[in-house]
Order: sequence, then C-alpha cells, then structure tokens
Amino acid sequence: MIVRKRRRIQTLFRRIVSVGSLALLFHVFQGRFTLLRDTRTDGSFLVHHFLSFYLKAGCKVCFVGLIQSFSHYNVVAQKLGVSLPAAKERGQLVFLEGLKSCFEVLFKEEPPTGQPNPLQFIREGGSNLKALYEFVRTSLTPSESDSWKCPVLLVDDVSVLLSLGMRPVDVLDFIHYCRVTVCSQLKGNIVVLVHSSEDSDDTENELVVNALCHQSNLILWAEGLATGFCKDIHGQLKIIPRGPAEPSTERDLPRTYQYKIQDRNVTFFARGMSTAVL
Amino acid sequence: MAALATGGAVRRGVAPSFRRAGEPGLAALPGTRPSLRRGQLLLSSGVPSLDAVLGGGLAVGTLLLIEEDKYGIYSNLLFKYFLAEGIVSGHHLFVASAKEDPADILKELPAPLLDEVNEEETVFKSKESQDYMKIAWRYQNLPKMEASPAASSRFGHYYDVSKTLSPELLQSTKCHHFFLPEEISLHPNINICSNMTSGYIRLLQSIQRIIYQEGFDGSHPQKKQKNILRIGIQNLGSVLWGEDISCTDNPEDIYSLTKFLYVLRSLLRMSLSACIITVPAHLIQNKAIMERVTNLSDTVVGLESFIGSERETNPLYKDYHGLIHIHQIPQLNSLICDVSDTKDLAFRLKRKLFTIERLHLPPDLSDTVSRSSKQDLAESAKLLSSGCGAMAMGKKHLDF
Repeated sequence: MIVRKRRRIQTLFRRIVSVGSLALLFHVFQGRFTLLRDTRTDGSFLVHHFLSFYLKAGCKVCFVGLIQSFSHYNVVAQKLGVSLPAAKERGQLVFLEGLKSCFEVLFKEEPPTGQPNPLQFIREGGSNLKALYEFVRTSLTPSESDSWKCPVLLVDDVSVLLSLGMRPVDVLDFIHYCRVTVCSQLKGNIVVLVHSSEDSDDTENELVVNALCHQSNLILWAEGLATGFCKDIHGQLKIIPRGPAEPSTERDLPRTYQYKIQDRNVTFFARGMSTAVL
Repeated sequence: MAALATGGAVRRGVAPSFRRAGEPGLAALPGTRPSLRRGQLLLSSGVPSLDAVLGGGLAVGTLLLIEEDKYGIYSNLLFKYFLAEGIVSGHHLFVASAKEDPADILKELPAPLLDEVNEEETVFKSKESQDYMKIAWRYQNLPKMEASPAASSRFGHYYDVSKTLSPELLQSTKCHHFFLPEEISLHPNINICSNMTSGYIRLLQSIQRIIYQEGFDGSHPQKKQKNILRIGIQNLGSVLWGEDISCTDNPEDIYSLTKFLYVLRSLLRMSLSACIITVPAHLIQNKAIMERVTNLSDTVVGLESFIGSERETNPLYKDYHGLIHIHQIPQLNSLICDVSDTKDLAFRLKRKLFTIERLHLPPDLSDTVSRSSKQDLAESAKLLSSGCGAMAMGKKHLDF
C-alpha cells in the first residue's frame, strides 16, 4: 500500500516536470540562437535530440558535423526515429561531414569546377571561415521549390574550430555572420554545441563560450554532477532562458533538471527524484 | 565508419542497410568481435583487462591515446601489447616512431601465451566446484566478487614479457615502418600543404598512402580478404617530432598536434584501422593543448606509475605498480556509453599478466588497532578519488 502510494507520487512529480520549461525543447520558435554547453560530461545527446526534432518538425536543416562521421549520427537518429539518408534525398537535410571534407581538402586534387571546399582553411592556413559561411548560406537559402518550414543550422561542435587553428575572433565572426543570415534574414534557428569547463586552461575556448553565452536566446547547460560519478544520474541540465521572452512561455528563471540517458531517449526528473534515491 | 563495417560494405556515404552483426562476411575479419549493441567491430587492445574496462575492446576506426607515465615504461609496454596482439591476430601493422627504429621495436614484442592459459583455467574451475560452503551456506549461490573486471576470453591474448615474439611470426606479418630521421633523409623536400610540423605531414601522407595502396578504405573491391591495419605512433608530441610543446611554456605553434589528430581521425574513420598513440602528457606544460587533444581522441587512458614517487611505500598501494585513469570512452553510435562502476583502477604487472584491478583498501589486520594506525589508513583512503571519472568529474576532497 505504501509502495503504491510512493510510486503514484513519483509519477506525479515526473509529469509536472515534463510539462514545465522542457517545453522549450519541443517547440519550434523562430529566429532563435540556442547554445548547448557541456562541462565535465558529454552534451552530444542534445545535438542528436535537436537534429531529430527539427527533421520531424519539417524544417530545413543544415548540419555541420565536424567531430563525428555521418554514420554515427545516422545510427543514433534511427534510434530516435528519423532516417538521415532519406532526409538528404528529399533535400531536407544538408550534411557537412567535416572529417570527409578534411580528407578531400588535403589528399585529393581539387575539382576545377564547383564550390570550394568549406574546410579549405585547413590546407591554406590563414584564418578565415568564409568558405564555411558561404556553404551554410547557400544550403539554407530557400529555393522556389522548397516547402520546408524555417531553416535551422546545427553546429557540432565549435570548439573543434579552435583546435584547427582558428582564432576566437574568426569563430565569433563566423557565428555572427550565420546569425545575421539565418536568424534575422531567413527567420530560422541556430543551435551550436561548445565544450567548456570551469577551471579550464583553455582561455581561447572560454572566450568563445562567454561571448556565445551573451549572444544566445537559450542556454542548455549539461553538467556532470558536482558530487561525482553516479550510475543512475548521468548529469544535470540547466535551462537558462535569455533575451526577450516570448509571451506564451513562462518568465525567465533558470531551471535545473537531472537526467539519465537511456538507449533511445533521455529521462528528465527534478533534482533528488531519481529512482536510485527514491 | 565502424557502423558501416557491420553492413559489410566499407564505403563512405552509402546508407548502411540493417544487417545482423553475425554475418559471415563480418566474421571473416580476424581478431575482431562485433559489438551487437552498437553495431561496431571491436578489436582487442592486447590486455584483456583493459578491454573489459573499455567496454569490450577498441572499436575499429577509433583512436586510443595513452598519456605516458613519468618514465614511459608502462606506456611502452601497452604499446607493445597492442602491436603484439595485431601480429597474433594476423592484422597488418604500421609502426611510427621518431625515437627508435620500428624494426627494433618489433623485435622486442612480448611472446603470446597460447596454450598455458587454457590449462590454468580448467584446473581452477574444477577445484571450485568441489568447494561447498559449510557455514555460510546461504551465500553459496551469490556471484563471486571479482577484483579484476576482466573475463578471460579467446578474444584477447596474454603475453609473457620475459620472452620475445618468434621471428617466424614476425616474418609472416606485413609491417610498415615509419622512422622519422630515415624519412627525412630519404625525402628531404615535401610540399607543405598546411602549416603543420613537417614530421606530422610526412606521417599523415605515409599513413594515407598505405591505407590507399593496401585497400583498407575499400578502394580495391576486388580484394576478397579484408584485414585491419593497426597503427602505432610512439611518443607523439615529443621534441623529436619537431615540436616544441613539450619543452616550452609558450610554444610557437600550438595547433600542430591538434590538427594532426583531426586529420588522423578522418583517416581512421574512413578505413578499417585502429590507432594507438602515446603522448608524454606530463611534459606538456600548456594544459589547454591536453584538453583539446582529449576532445579530439576517442579513448583516453592515463597511466601513473608509482616508481620514484612517495606512493611506492604506501601500504595502500603495495600490491600495485601504478594507477590507471580512464579519462574518456567514446560514445559511438549510441546516446550512452559503457562506463564501468569504479573509477579507482590500478594496474599490476606480473611476468605473464598485466592486470587492471579495482583499487580497494587492504583489510586492517593489525592486532592492536590503535588510533595512529587508523589514521594512516584514513590518510591513504583520502587518496582514493571520490568516485570521479570519465562521465562526471566532481569536486575533490568531499569529506563525509
């Protein structure tokens, strides 16, 4: 009897949590810049979520995947219910596979015609992300036959650009140009992942992260638990709305949830409400 | 790329059709084991207990980065285990070094124990079945507590460090060498395509050439027998590669190593290969570089040996030779990754066995349980990390 009552309270709490500001994760806004930030843990589950979410919502997506191969995203997206090759065929998804482009830039002859490789800065040196920006612009500019909803740019992840020799200024310029084109002109959304850490020695990375935090409309900050490793709670997610709030959502208060990543989804619960504890 | 391998077709950009991992085309790759949950192909790293800690093995197409211990003894040993495992499984090898001639490295590989281990296992098992618990019989059916997370299997092999690999076995394997001083003398001029250190550019070109010529990236479909290329790069980031990140605080070019790792990652992901790199992390003063290097690698393992440190005489560590820190395990093809329960792992090297075990406090068996002895143990218990690890690092020194 007592056990049943406790379980009812648990499910009640879970339902309250899911209706709240997690709705920010499941509503297609327009002209928004969302920053995904992770500290001491891996926040790539958020990238997979947003990719499958925007594809299911019918938006045109340009995905700049710099750190993993296409098949990795494909396998995870299949678990989340979306087929990336099919989306590519019907023109809904433009996927830049960074690793493949890097190989082509360095080890293959350049084709005489066609667009310059978006990652040609690896070969040429210099500090210019213009080719990458041009790629984003041409893939998201709507053509007459397109019937998709707002365009979306997803970047996974920005910290890699710093490792490839870009200065923080160039990275911020690139993001700024993308925001002007995608958010203001095309009324689309941008979602960007950065890695950060509290007492990090990587000052350039922290500079970029701080600047992006100030520019964003919503920050999703995935952190490892401060008390150490736990098998049942993989981390905590802070949702920090910034900028002018839409009239339909609640007032901007940062909210914190803890999460556990499973094979096909992620469960969120209020702090202290994990099944391991209750 | 590892996921595509389960589909049998090693081609970029082609959608993998869903096929069961147990297909005959897949099992033909020697020395590998499919991971059914993730659709990946796993290789053994040469140390079965390290395989267990890394979640079954090293995935094909990934990079294993080892942060060297202070004198490089145990990292060198892990490097040799990896190469020896490749020889025993019949893979191709690519050994690159700026310090030692790869031919010398290959001569010193440990010999595998092929028959003896199985005998030991069967003898042990028959003894166990005769032990019935007479007093604590309620605990008879509980699973045994295992100190080492490994289960010995046919997938990995054990090596005897006191013997070297037989030359016949070495002859039968295809090994490619890259010795930097030799390469520089043979080809003094190369066209520098990007501002990386020239040693790194040569290495990348060499690796790419081997991958293309031998068909590890699927570019020669007429080759029926596919194989794996094991790449071993020793002491990357040291001065001998033409880099200065390990000798100065403000190096000239801090991006060389990270660019190299990015390009290497792209080569690995598009071919049937796996790579082990040892990096002298304790020499690199600029910690930002190590953070970026960690982010660009898949599996990162740090070794900390007790040689020459005060921990050598600590009673807590008397059975072990060093600590092993698993900094990162890749999350490929799934949202979650296998993380082992314990973060306190220590390693021990015996002649025929390199084990990685859970670190635990030795039992306090002293007759006079005085306050002072308890305090010693409490001091050493503080040295145990508070369960921090790869998934979530917490604040240290939390006392309860």
